[in-house]
Amino acid sequence: MMTTFTDWDIVRNLLLAARWTLLLSLVAFVGGTLVTLPLLFMRLLQRKWLTRWVRGYTALFQGTPLLMQLFLAFFGVGLFGIDVAPWTAASLALTFYTSAFLVDIWYGSIRALPKGQWEASRCLGLSFGQTLARVIAPQAIRIGIAPTVGFAVQVIKGTALASIIGFIELTKAGTILNNVTYQPFKVFGLVALGYFLMCYPLSRYSQYLEKKFNAAHHH
Amino acid sequence: MIGQLNFPALWPYWPELLSGLGVTIQLTLLATVGGVSLGIVGAALRSGKPSWMSRLWGVYVELIRNTPFVVQLFFIVFGLPNLGLKLTAGEAALLAMLINLGAYSTEIIRAGIQVTPKGQWEAGRVLGLTRNQTFLRVVLPPSLQRIYPALVSQCIIVMLGSSVVSQVSYEELTFAANLIQSRTFLSFEVYLVTTLIYLALSIAMRQLLLLAIGRKWFGVQA
Repeated sequence: MMTTFTDWDIVRNLLLAARWTLLLSLVAFVGGTLVTLPLLFMRLLQRKWLTRWVRGYTALFQGTPLLMQLFLAFFGVGLFGIDVAPWTAASLALTFYTSAFLVDIWYGSIRALPKGQWEASRCLGLSFGQTLARVIAPQAIRIGIAPTVGFAVQVIKGTALASIIGFIELTKAGTILNNVTYQPFKVFGLVALGYFLMCYPLSRYSQYLEKKFNAAHHH
Repeated sequence: MIGQLNFPALWPYWPELLSGLGVTIQLTLLATVGGVSLGIVGAALRSGKPSWMSRLWGVYVELIRNTPFVVQLFFIVFGLPNLGLKLTAGEAALLAMLINLGAYSTEIIRAGIQVTPKGQWEAGRVLGLTRNQTFLRVVLPPSLQRIYPALVSQCIIVMLGSSVVSQVSYEELTFAANLIQSRTFLSFEVYLVTTLIYLALSIAMRQLLLLAIGRKWFGVQA
């Protein structure tokens, strides 16, 4: 078995596992967005207790290790008598983790717009919803897109921790392959390369967007 | 179900949690001091004239920032001994955290240096200071002041990330939690308590670094 593992076998298995890393990242990002939207709305209503609640939520998820959140999701859902697969627990934890950061990024993007935009829209007779959808959102998205893409890199890297609760993605595949081949330098080097190939283009794109926006903003 | 949660059963294990917390704090302290120092060196290199050193440092920064910490840790723990470099779990954990924070703090500090007006450099040189003196005494202090809050956030991220080093059997807080979990089977209770300890630690760290130290030396406004 050990002798039959060629370099190509290692690469092939890592590539197959990388699909799960991508899928988990995608689920976390889409799920995170769905959870973020109501949180964002609650924050925009400017009610004191709602703001406090959302702030507590973000402080909780930003101030504790993602690994602990994964453990709590894994063992916590089990408390309700539901048997959880690592896949479910990882999706759940990463969704909440992602939303706690996205709500800050997006709220910050909206806050960065001059207050006069809201006032002008109200004067023109637009409702809160109309103002948000037609005036604020199109501008806020331009501000928020660069940090959002940058955060996507954090999400992809975060999925590596799902390996610890037993979800077989890129990192876990690396650990398994290392146990069979005893070639940690090669295996973990390739695993790192895999993440780099996923993350680096996003990082560069985020930098590009930031420059583009800043240029438009200053001139 | 929720009614069956048994927190009192964890009480006998407080010495394990406390010693784990101690190790986490120690690890974070060493990694913070080392990582930020590494970041200052890197930022100086990266803001100077382009050279092969500064380019190489740029590659290091991008490699670290675009790969997960846990993979970096495994690479150091399992990969380096393959090259004949033997490290204990603690040394490997510290090395991984140092290298990680070094890359992030390079970028943070460099951002602070970049917005320093060019006249500051020129004024330093005109006054007869060497390039190094100008950097250390004129450019660096206000740059650090500017990015201090971002640096604090990054140090807290590294502290939270240190929970991962439990995976290479280094006996910090998460390792203690795993140990108690395997003895009592009170998984949810143990991890909830540990999570709250981490939360308290990150709040305390932010308060201490921003308010106590930041206000005094870095002009941070509360």
